[in-house]
Amino acid sequence: MTEILSKLSLYLQYPFVRYALIVGTLIALCSSLLGVTLVLKRFSFIGDGLSHVAFGAMAIAAVLNLTNNMPLVLAVTVICAVLLLRTGANAKIKGDAAVAMISVGALAVGYLLMNIFAKSSNLSGDVCSTLFGSTSILTLGKTDVILCCALSAAVIIIFILFYNKIFCVTFDETFARSAGTKAGVYNLIIAVVTAVIIVLAMNLVGSLLISALVIFPALSAMRVFKSFRSVTICSAVLSVFCALTGMLISVLAGTPVGSTIVAVDIVTFAVFSVISLIKRGAK
Amino acid sequence: MSVLSCRGVSLGYEGRIIAENINFDIEQGDYVCITGENGSGKSTLIKAILGLLPHAAGTITEGDGVKHTEIGYLPQQTDIQRDFPASVWEIVLSGCQSRAGMRPFYNREEKQTAESNIEKTGLSALKKRCYRELSGGQQQRVLLARALCAARKMILLDEPAAALDPMASAEMYGLINKINKEDKITVLMVSHDVASALKYADKLLHIGETVFFGNRDEYVKNVLSKGFMPGGGND
Repeated sequence: MTEILSKLSLYLQYPFVRYALIVGTLIALCSSLLGVTLVLKRFSFIGDGLSHVAFGAMAIAAVLNLTNNMPLVLAVTVICAVLLLRTGANAKIKGDAAVAMISVGALAVGYLLMNIFAKSSNLSGDVCSTLFGSTSILTLGKTDVILCCALSAAVIIIFILFYNKIFCVTFDETFARSAGTKAGVYNLIIAVVTAVIIVLAMNLVGSLLISALVIFPALSAMRVFKSFRSVTICSAVLSVFCALTGMLISVLAGTPVGSTIVAVDIVTFAVFSVISLIKRGAK
Repeated sequence: MSVLSCRGVSLGYEGRIIAENINFDIEQGDYVCITGENGSGKSTLIKAILGLLPHAAGTITEGDGVKHTEIGYLPQQTDIQRDFPASVWEIVLSGCQSRAGMRPFYNREEKQTAESNIEKTGLSALKKRCYRELSGGQQQRVLLARALCAARKMILLDEPAAALDPMASAEMYGLINKINKEDKITVLMVSHDVASALKYADKLLHIGETVFFGNRDEYVKNVLSKGFMPGGGND
């Protein structure tokens, strides 16, 4: 035990480990806040789809030789999120099909571009790190951390201010519109915030595992808690706990960050499922 | 002056007209049922009144200071709601949405309104329960309480008793009748159940090949006896 602690305190002396912990916690918090809404609106896969779009955009940025790819990736992802979430209700191609189409399409085009215009000799390594986010969280600079903190703060403030509207629009969009709530505007806000979170989370878990960060805490919380508020709070707490635990384990055991966090999420989900079964059995 | 009047309203979607030339006036305190076959445009009319869908022709005017955001609405249940983790209190309170406007949080007065509507619909004991654990009748009562929070003078109900068992639907109709008679709230309801519509409604609107609006006796004479409702109401 003391050995683990001394190892931890050694690692924590490095600024990049501290940065990774801060950014990871913030991303986990933000993604879980919207997770509840996305799961309930039947948009669990939006995270997956958008992260593949972000992967495609990153490939384009790499081809164009952009040093700072953040603005381009963010812009492309936001546009796709708006298109997907807004047309969801009455588009010719239904929600899930549209998400699947865009996500697979972007993945294919991204990989194709990276392959044709490959500059580095280690192509599979590059692709792997974008997909599974293995190292980039440990290479964050100070500006990345500040940007991430600012965006997370914006997401949290927006969520708290619009909490009641988001609840109303999620539970019953028709009623919300009949009461004069601009449902379209709130769907747009949800879409944009989702895209921002996903681009942020790419660094942490990579584009293949983002869905886990969005849906697992929400699903675990929904097993046990019964009101929207308690589910939201519980999923935020769970998500932060899982992200921190996952990151510490990965630092100590040398496992990949993203998949370790998701593994912790899966374990929590199992624990919460058992708790809900016991609760139901006790009644 | 009537609280709601429709003049020469035509309804349609995707370029196809489904009901034409609908005329009626509703007075404060009326209990009006809308009947008609599936697909005849009953729900579309309700949505047009609420301003959720455009109508093809004609005018819909609210009078007596009723704005369409102040009409309580009880829509048909959606898939999403069936397993939604929300407490009864949270859902009823969300009916105060239009009162709160751009203000992000609800104030004491709005919470008071939600509280009294929970009491009125007999849900006090269930206030902290989860919506998805309630029976169908209880869920409809929650949505009714929510509609009442939005309603100042009028509620629009879209098949409030569909998918309820006879006991629960009788209870639901009784509750709606009580709200109409005691609180003087105007009720406009879409219903498949012609027998209950005749029992409670002061006026009836039939939408179909022919459009009819009038009181109970006229409805029996003009709609039921001419067989515009096949099956005599067991639809």
